[in-house]
Amino acid sequence: MATPPVSANRAGVVGVFGTLDGLLLAAREMKAKGYANLRVYSPVPHPEIEQALEKPVSPVRLFTLIGGLTGCSLGFAYAISTSLDWELIVGGKPIVSLPPFIVIGFECTILIGALMTVLGMLLNAKLPKFGRSPGYDARFSNDKFGIVAFGGPQQLAQADALMRAAGAEEVRDV
Amino acid sequence: MASAALPRPDAELVHTPPTYAEVNRDIIRTLDPPGRGWFIGMGFVLMGLAFGGFCWYRQLRYGLGVTGYEPPIFWGTYITTFVFWVGIAHSGTLISAILFLFRSGWRSAVYRASEAMTVFAVMTAGLFPILHLGRAWFAYWVAPYPNFRGVWSNFRSPLVWDIFAISTYLTVSATFLFMGLIPDVAAIRDQALGWRKKLYSVVSLGWKNSDREWHHFMRMYLFLAALSTPLVLSVHSVVSWDFAMGIVPGWHATIFAPYFVAGAIFSGCGMVITILVPLRKAFHLERYLQIRHFENLAKLCLLTSTIVAYSYACEFFIAWSSGNAYERATFYNRLFGPYWWGALIMYGCNVFVPLLLWSKKIRTNLTWLFVISLFINLGMWFERFVIIVTGLSHEFEPWQWGYYTPNWNELGIVAGSFCWFSMWFLLFIKFFPSLAISEIKEALPPPGRTEAGGH
Repeated sequence: MATPPVSANRAGVVGVFGTLDGLLLAAREMKAKGYANLRVYSPVPHPEIEQALEKPVSPVRLFTLIGGLTGCSLGFAYAISTSLDWELIVGGKPIVSLPPFIVIGFECTILIGALMTVLGMLLNAKLPKFGRSPGYDARFSNDKFGIVAFGGPQQLAQADALMRAAGAEEVRDV
Repeated sequence: MASAALPRPDAELVHTPPTYAEVNRDIIRTLDPPGRGWFIGMGFVLMGLAFGGFCWYRQLRYGLGVTGYEPPIFWGTYITTFVFWVGIAHSGTLISAILFLFRSGWRSAVYRASEAMTVFAVMTAGLFPILHLGRAWFAYWVAPYPNFRGVWSNFRSPLVWDIFAISTYLTVSATFLFMGLIPDVAAIRDQALGWRKKLYSVVSLGWKNSDREWHHFMRMYLFLAALSTPLVLSVHSVVSWDFAMGIVPGWHATIFAPYFVAGAIFSGCGMVITILVPLRKAFHLERYLQIRHFENLAKLCLLTSTIVAYSYACEFFIAWSSGNAYERATFYNRLFGPYWWGALIMYGCNVFVPLLLWSKKIRTNLTWLFVISLFINLGMWFERFVIIVTGLSHEFEPWQWGYYTPNWNELGIVAGSFCWFSMWFLLFIKFFPSLAISEIKEALPPPGRTEAGGH
């Protein structure tokens, strides 16, 4: 397959793959050649893509932990502080009755934990994002895989050749 | 429902795994402009909703006297139906969260419709505590907010726990549903034109299927599932404590939380079958909603039915072994008192009818399954009716005994609640994919391979 002439003002190249294996081959090759800022598009998540790109563990879990702990503290603090605000004895029970307050603490743990998890995902995935994504193609939400490489003209020429060698159906500038 | 646009797949094709492109095509097709069947269905639903609204208006106008409440029974049809709808919600979270954590591959075909059912069922359930109030406009008093009286909610009350549990459940399950929809909505956006493209662009939050997005999305999904699992178990436990914390004979039992949770999953699985059978037929989704999916749902119904039956037996045993005269009288009254007919429907539909599901022939026959699921829905509504109404009708002293039957005003509101639920569901299936596009693809071999692999 002939390599097209290298354009001096191209920012990146995108390769469109019909198979997951083609995409993985290209991603691994490019990683090995030192391409750091690869972007992969896939209609489904796949653990092999994450392995090929050597992804670190997502920090979303920290958001969940912090959200859960905050929710738990707030839930107990809410029930305890409002009970102390008006000391009304109900059913002969102590003003601060911890066993029933566990329900409030638990529900707040889940609520704030879940909302913080979503916030963590949105912040880390940089969503919402309504602008154009370089190299994105509508086929990537259907049945095609894509890989976008950025870099200087020589790097892009090499990426172009690697993608074609891995079986890309189409390689074009972005 | 737009059946002209959706060809029925032939018998051979049903057993052939679809390709990624076919998944997109077949599921996005369900969003085609609705046909006559949809409009007729929606027309009925809106009429029922209007009637329910009229009944509520009468209640607001003339007070709770328009209901069939009879001293000492003031928790009747509305609280029964509240518990019924909360219970219906549970199987959606079981399928979307608990089966996700167990890596049950079959859930991918049924989870979206179940999760939507969860959200709409909680939205319906949440109306009933308000409908049940004499002065519905003061419903917000139960929420703990700073006010000039300086009085806060009583956090020792299970009714306040309920507010926290149900509102958390609604928020988290709606979030779970919405977040799960994002990749699918992006797939629809990429094929849509005009105003739909704009709408789906906004709803998808600009999702582009990039490795960064999937990486964090999957982590989020895992943690939402992990948080939803204890949540779903807690919500019906809290609902059960609305009763178990009281001293009414027949209510005051520690078995209530697991008993209610099992019953909730049982009724929810029944409702999932009730919804999916017509959905499969209307959209010709035979290739995706296969008999094995229904068989698995039937097995879940069978399992939870046996747990529920065991709980019923335990209740009688506890009443007998406690030696407490009031407990014994309550359970004798349940079977042989004036509400014997309610107990008959409850035990018949929840214990004996599901026994048919032991037969593979029956649990793989959709007509049988659909009919059995209707019995399950009926039986589980009556379970709550029997627990609530017979419990209250036969307390400690004979002067406290009474008899209550719901009147047309209450039943009109119950019918309206089914229409409210159906309205949201009918709208959902025309605006959003009722099957999860990306999760169904995940369960398929990726292009160029013969094995699925994946998460």
